[in-house]
Amino acid sequence: MTAFQVPRLASSILSPSPELCFKDVSFSHEDKVLLGPCSFTLKGAGPTLVMGPNGAGKSLLLRLSHGLLLPTQGQITWSGEIRPRQAMVFQQPVLLRRSAVANLIHALAVNNVPRRERVKLAHDALERFGLTACCNTPARVLSGGEQQRLTLARAWVLSPQVLFLDEPTSALDPAAIKAVEAAVHEFHQRGTRIVMTTHDLHQAKRLAGDILFLSGGKVREHSPAEAFFEKPVSREAQAYMAGELVE
Amino acid sequence: MENNAFYVALSLLLNLDASLFQIVALSLQISLLAVLIAAVLGFPLGAAVAIWRFPGRGGMIVALNALMGLPPVVAGLMVYLLLSRAGPLGEWGLLFTPGAMIFAQVVLVLPILAALSRQKVEELLGEYREQFVSLGMSHSRMMPTLLWDARFALLTVLLAGFGRASAEVGAVMMVGGNIDGVTRVMTTSIVLETGKGNLPLALGLGIVLLTLVMLINAGAYLVGELTRRRVG
Repeated sequence: MTAFQVPRLASSILSPSPELCFKDVSFSHEDKVLLGPCSFTLKGAGPTLVMGPNGAGKSLLLRLSHGLLLPTQGQITWSGEIRPRQAMVFQQPVLLRRSAVANLIHALAVNNVPRRERVKLAHDALERFGLTACCNTPARVLSGGEQQRLTLARAWVLSPQVLFLDEPTSALDPAAIKAVEAAVHEFHQRGTRIVMTTHDLHQAKRLAGDILFLSGGKVREHSPAEAFFEKPVSREAQAYMAGELVE
Repeated sequence: MENNAFYVALSLLLNLDASLFQIVALSLQISLLAVLIAAVLGFPLGAAVAIWRFPGRGGMIVALNALMGLPPVVAGLMVYLLLSRAGPLGEWGLLFTPGAMIFAQVVLVLPILAALSRQKVEELLGEYREQFVSLGMSHSRMMPTLLWDARFALLTVLLAGFGRASAEVGAVMMVGGNIDGVTRVMTTSIVLETGKGNLPLALGLGIVLLTLVMLINAGAYLVGELTRRRVG
């Protein structure tokens, strides 16, 4: 495997990972509070795994953090002067109707990477994620696992300082899940702050540095992974871990 | 035998009738050029209405949809008034030239291309929006991506526009004048021959027109299917 060259847009220092701060953030829709108010700071090495039952507000929290939605109240801030480069991997891969490599080249183009560097960066990323053989295959005829790896490759070429993943493995088989987790690990190694939602306790145990536990639109607990899995503090997390129904 | 429309159509083609070929060539030139101009204007317009939110957007969508049904004679009348000597664009001297006919057909086809592409692009945007925002794309950067990714749907839209352009007679008759050798096209010839009672010739011309439209559609369908299979 050739050494990966960090594209020009990533020339600024990748570490330390930017810190994310939620201050009294809440999000409402049609007078119904869907999330919050919540306050927490994501610092330390991570990866941060966001856990909780369906409808707890995990995806919402990710979208607010990434800036896809604006909070109704409160403030979301990043450490540092400028907003860190970010990417997001969605539960359902969103890919353009063009070849695998063209999807990566498009992402580089919209991020103003010089034309002559795009092709090489795209091919390097495809190779890194084991997609070289599918280079010219239309992205939308790839298998589910390959599609999700391609979205990770697309995030990779942008060398984000923060990567959000919204249940990226929920529709994948064990082999594909393993590949995604390996990719997440690689991002983490590179110094990217990982914020990922999951339902899967085992996956959380494999990946997490810290756990943000949500239920009913509220952050119930934010602890280091070891402590959380050893003995969760909040009643909701205890119930969730015990396999009880939690709102 | 001479009164059989199919025989007339066939003999027109086989005898390589020069005036017929001129008429066919002019018809195709006018309609294809009109569709091309309407596409260059209409696709970005449709995509812009799909992407941007602005006051009066709803009204604009309704207007575009309604104008898809604009009667050709009304379009012809509007263009006639614009291009007539006393009209605002009278100086161009376009009236009763092929240019006027293209103008009129652009007016007819533009709303179809804009309204249908608006719908297609909006569907696609619904699917892509979060990813686009995540990639930090501006609205104006979204437009070329969306238009390219909607290319198969837009090919069908283009065919709908071409169908409208090649089939209409009212507008080109009014602004072109059906002048022999200058502005006579297939549809105006058919009207003329029918009026003269030369029904076999009129029918023969009709068959030639239908065949041509069929061929162009078949070609576009084939190109679309082949690329679709390749790109997925």
